[in-house]
Amino acid sequence: MNTLTISGSPHVHGDDSVKKIMYGVVYALIPAILVSVYFFGLGAVRVLLVSSIACMFFEWIIQKYIIKGPPTINDGSALVAGVLLAFNVPANMPSWILIIGAFVTIAIAKMSFGGLGKNPFNPALVGRIFLLISFPVQMTSWPKPSALFAGDALTDTVTGPTPLGLLKEELGKGRTVPEIMQEMPGYVNELLGNQGGCIGEVSAAALILGALYMLIRRIITWHTPVAYLGTVFVFTGILYFMDPLQYVNPLFHLVTGGLMLGVFFMATDMVTTPVSRRGMWIFGAGAGILTVIIRIWGGYPEGVAFAILIMNAFTPLINRGFKPKRFGEKVADA
Amino acid sequence: MGGVHPPENKISAGQKIIALDPPEQALILLNQNLGAPSKPLVKKGDEVKAGQLIARGEAFISSNIHSSVSGKVLKIDSVMDASGYKRPAVIIQVKGDEWEESIDRSKGVVKQISLSQKEIIEKIKENGIVGLGGATFPSHVKLMVPEGKKAEVLLVNGVECEPYLTSDHQLMLSKGEELLVGTSVLMKGLGVDKAYIGIENNKPDAIGHLSELCRQYKGIQVVPLKVKYPQGGEKQLIKAITNREVPSGKLPVEVGAVVNNVGTVFAVYEAVQKNKPLFERVVTVTGKSVKKPSNFLARIGTPVSMLIDQAGGLPENAGKIISGGPMMGKALLSVDTPVVKGTSGILIIDEAHARRVPLMPCIRCGRCVDVCPMGLEPILLAQLSEHEMWDKAEDQKIMDCIECGSCHYTCPAGRPLLDYVRLGKNKVGQRIRNRGK
Repeated sequence: MNTLTISGSPHVHGDDSVKKIMYGVVYALIPAILVSVYFFGLGAVRVLLVSSIACMFFEWIIQKYIIKGPPTINDGSALVAGVLLAFNVPANMPSWILIIGAFVTIAIAKMSFGGLGKNPFNPALVGRIFLLISFPVQMTSWPKPSALFAGDALTDTVTGPTPLGLLKEELGKGRTVPEIMQEMPGYVNELLGNQGGCIGEVSAAALILGALYMLIRRIITWHTPVAYLGTVFVFTGILYFMDPLQYVNPLFHLVTGGLMLGVFFMATDMVTTPVSRRGMWIFGAGAGILTVIIRIWGGYPEGVAFAILIMNAFTPLINRGFKPKRFGEKVADA
Repeated sequence: MGGVHPPENKISAGQKIIALDPPEQALILLNQNLGAPSKPLVKKGDEVKAGQLIARGEAFISSNIHSSVSGKVLKIDSVMDASGYKRPAVIIQVKGDEWEESIDRSKGVVKQISLSQKEIIEKIKENGIVGLGGATFPSHVKLMVPEGKKAEVLLVNGVECEPYLTSDHQLMLSKGEELLVGTSVLMKGLGVDKAYIGIENNKPDAIGHLSELCRQYKGIQVVPLKVKYPQGGEKQLIKAITNREVPSGKLPVEVGAVVNNVGTVFAVYEAVQKNKPLFERVVTVTGKSVKKPSNFLARIGTPVSMLIDQAGGLPENAGKIISGGPMMGKALLSVDTPVVKGTSGILIIDEAHARRVPLMPCIRCGRCVDVCPMGLEPILLAQLSEHEMWDKAEDQKIMDCIECGSCHYTCPAGRPLLDYVRLGKNKVGQRIRNRGK
């Protein structure tokens, strides 16, 4: 006679798992990885490797010797954090600083809360903000992008500003937007990734491609991205409409800085964002408003990371306040 | 709202219903309905016939139980039910197959409804009809609309959204005429002039067949429904057909609807038009390694082991035997457990798939919230139960959970969400009952 298993229903399970989701995110990051290597060459390769390996190492050692739990290194979440941290730094970031960033990302932002699923803030963004505040010079010296093996690609010596940085600086000098735009790489270059910036954020096109993959595989839903991008577009659009000399075209905001990276890969992070669709709308809209406020009136040229971390802090409150619509909550008319 | 799409696996879909012989020994449990158990009327040594009343439902929510076989009562003893509890049952040694003479065993369909509304309800009660969709709520109680409420429409549930199960499907194909007469009987019993038969789009043959037949029946209409689990949940079906939502904690009649499963409707037809008590039902026996997946017409009290034998025997690699479907069924402790009125199927799962997937930490992906057909937050309810925060669980509508299992099915971390919610419902339910005292 066979041994029968007894357990409560349901007796079948869907074929998705945490591991499949995490590696799905990694696959979705591949287009942006390729673009970063194309424009920033070996510098990007080094940053990606150092960050990923360091993150996985810290995850492994903390899980083994401090938490003393079963190994979690294979679940893919440390790798995702590692790649995302790398995406958030310039290609010439010294390795030793990057390792400190990886330590903050994994040890402080993730493992100290208990590991996967427990952290309130997006680990890679915590790592990024830590580096930005601790090493502002290294974090804002941007190698100029140049096609692979063309000229100075391997040396990383020539640096230039990001479009957002340039915009903020020049506006501060009293110049108008149309004048400053003459010095920008142009929308097509910005969309493809031919602009200064962190290695993973430069190409909106590659990030959107990865996002489409995640949408098709249902790793993310469209609610947060639509709310976030829509808010940024409408908010900056209103400002542009009011005064095009002081405020830049909303399309510029969409294709520059870390917006696409933040929208699709950080604001959709399951662990640190609301669980209900209603909550996702609030989260996306809130992050959009904060991003625009910081970009336009804040001290930093870019506000995506701060905006998402601030909204992360609101997530428990959003989960509490914005419940899904209960069945039978309001009796619909027949 | 919500829902999941588990693989349908309707392996036995094409199998015509085969009537099985009575078992050698029938084990007829005395608690076959939601509500109070029935009181036995026979004792050791009594001779009984198929269709003879052997236990009476005395409480308001209870039902009569009839012998499903002819023979001699061996004893009244405890038998393991599908939940693994030992419950009293009448055990009958079968001899021949003699039926009560009052049962009309002729082949023809009796279309003329001669009984009055009151007599119909009485007949349904007398013949021990309960909801055969699985909940086994006594059917006559459903027809007695509470004071101040009004039934407007009868819904017949032919959705069969549980994967694997095909008993309702086959019933719709082979007993279409009877089902429509049964529907008319229930309409009269309820005093409504409109009935809808809801069927999922994955059963186009049943939709076509019944749509064709119902032209001759006034007020009955077939409604094809989107394929989605749990489309056949009572509240989900009402929503899908009438666009009305039953308010939290209320009965369907609150929005003017009464729902009956097709199996129940067929039993009602037999009870009212043929004077036949409910003592047999269609049971799907299936599974990926089962040699002959089948739909059997089995006597109540037939041991599950006999059904499995008739379907080609227990597969070598059997790892779990489920009474019901894979989403809501119960894992059996023993193959000696008998078929009861609520047994819709026996599903055998391979060893490789019998165990749950490995447990991971919750990543707060919110998929359980997305798929919950009741708009609840399973992860929150599970956490509240885990921490024994019963008041909060009640505030978060834990009692609205219909236990469909979509949350656990979809959870990428394999969290046992429904286990915790069931625990919470149990505790919160107790507290609500104690408050009433």
